[in-house]
Amino acid sequence: MTLVIEGLDVHYGAVHALRGVSLKVEPGQIVTLIGSNGAGKSTTLRAVSGLVKPSGGSIRFDDKPLAGLPPHDIVRLGIAHAPEGRGIFANLTVHENLELGSYIRRDRAGIADDRDKALALFPRLRERLHQSAGTLSGGEQQMLAIARALLARPRLLLLDEPSLGLAPQIVQVIFGIIRDINLAGTTILLVEQNAHMALKVAHYAYVLEVGAVAMADKASVLAASDAVRKAYLGVH
Amino acid sequence: MKSVAPVVAVLVIAAIVHVLLVPLVGPFYGKVILDIGINAMLAVSLNIVNGFTGQFSIGHAGFMAIGGYVGAIITYYGSFVLWGSAMEQGATGQLLFVVGCLAGGLIAAVFGYVVGLPSLRLRGDYLAIVTLGFGEILRVMLQRSDDVLTELAAVREALPVGVITKVGGALGFTGVPFYTTPLAVYVFCGLTILVAYRLKESTYGRAFLSIRENELAAEAMGVHTTRLKVRAFVLAAFFAGIAGALYAHEVGVTLTPRELGFQKSFDIVIMVVLGGMGSISGSVIAAAFLTILPEALRSFAEYRLIVYALLLIIVMLSRPQGLFGVRELWDLKKRRGAVT
Repeated sequence: MTLVIEGLDVHYGAVHALRGVSLKVEPGQIVTLIGSNGAGKSTTLRAVSGLVKPSGGSIRFDDKPLAGLPPHDIVRLGIAHAPEGRGIFANLTVHENLELGSYIRRDRAGIADDRDKALALFPRLRERLHQSAGTLSGGEQQMLAIARALLARPRLLLLDEPSLGLAPQIVQVIFGIIRDINLAGTTILLVEQNAHMALKVAHYAYVLEVGAVAMADKASVLAASDAVRKAYLGVH
Repeated sequence: MKSVAPVVAVLVIAAIVHVLLVPLVGPFYGKVILDIGINAMLAVSLNIVNGFTGQFSIGHAGFMAIGGYVGAIITYYGSFVLWGSAMEQGATGQLLFVVGCLAGGLIAAVFGYVVGLPSLRLRGDYLAIVTLGFGEILRVMLQRSDDVLTELAAVREALPVGVITKVGGALGFTGVPFYTTPLAVYVFCGLTILVAYRLKESTYGRAFLSIRENELAAEAMGVHTTRLKVRAFVLAAFFAGIAGALYAHEVGVTLTPRELGFQKSFDIVIMVVLGGMGSISGSVIAAAFLTILPEALRSFAEYRLIVYALLLIIVMLSRPQGLFGVRELWDLKKRRGAVT
């Protein structure tokens, strides 16, 4: 199970958002995309999950081409996307949100099992199971977004800015859980502005700048490199 | 058992309304009770589109009109074929009426598919524009239709295709047999509510709600959003078509294009908004309330519209999510304090 992106191009109207991005996610890894606002991180994820249509290049998952497939077919291949801004269903309860996470599945026993596993990862959600999701705190909403994506039982989990707008303590908790999810066998492609945290949990990292890959290396190597430290880790 | 019990309940309630309630209150209030059932059907079905999937259709009366005219053509001209005149018949007439209702619903559903498919592929307000246009085009076309045929020979000559355009124009489709009974209205109304309820409570139906909540996230969950939106729209059109056929055969009703124009569409939208987008019980209660209100205010006819408008403004200011929001009557007891 490998995700291979080659020469990916995405246009938003006249804006050339991605210019020939190539990257690879090996099974069992956490791979992170870091970079500043507008670098094309989220766009890359959206192209993988089918929410935007690429204008060029290829995306292959298990050697199957993904480009051009609609999102609802891509989910069925085992790729779940927790979108930026969480995208929870605010007027539905936590329970109903989780139920929609397993929308594509029909194996009741497996779903119940995965639900218990997800709630074990996020005990806070169990307490709020019958509360409207819109009444959750930001951190809890992020937990819900991740738990919901897990209920599709993905082989590849796409996480878009899980630290966005959260208190540092909560960010620590969320990243701990991301690592746990990965240790349990799910491959993760993580987009983050919080490069510090992202490089700490990831195995491999890509730095995106204005729609193109500027650097790529092991996360530990990038975390130590001067260029990354200056540009993204705030070390002078 | 689980699926049979509610259907039995619908039949029992409809029978009670038919045998006890309507004869008891007399013909005037009997008609109000029929109108409540028909309006509840329209509001609940529109709620499947506007409330569940969050799309905005403002041409629901158009589907009602299609169902009404199709149903009326079948019973009126069908009676000529079967019995030589449009006079009401007994049980066989009722049978023809039920066929007319179902055919009206099906043809309305076909129109729903044709109108819905292109506009629901897009996000945003296109549906509102298209449904508005659809309702108006339909109204104009019906107004320009030919006079109703009243002679058996003329009917024989025009059959089968020719009668489609002989629906009375702006003056209305006169002579439609009065077949609508409280039983028929409340059986169809009950089934509409049942389908909407089952839909809302199922995982499948929750996918409709997810489209309203966040279309992009719904797609990321694997929901085929276009397909579901079209299905919701077709289903709503089907029930609106049946409601239209029930309306067309009511005692004292002459089917006219004007009655089923934009004003009627808007009345239905108001019922849905007032009851709460997505709340089935809210739709039913709002439909009942907004059917009774104009009748109750009839004695101060001049002030009626003012009171009506004022009431809406007050409700919208004090409770913008409608009476129940997305929740139901029975949820209030189950989950006190839940945010609507």
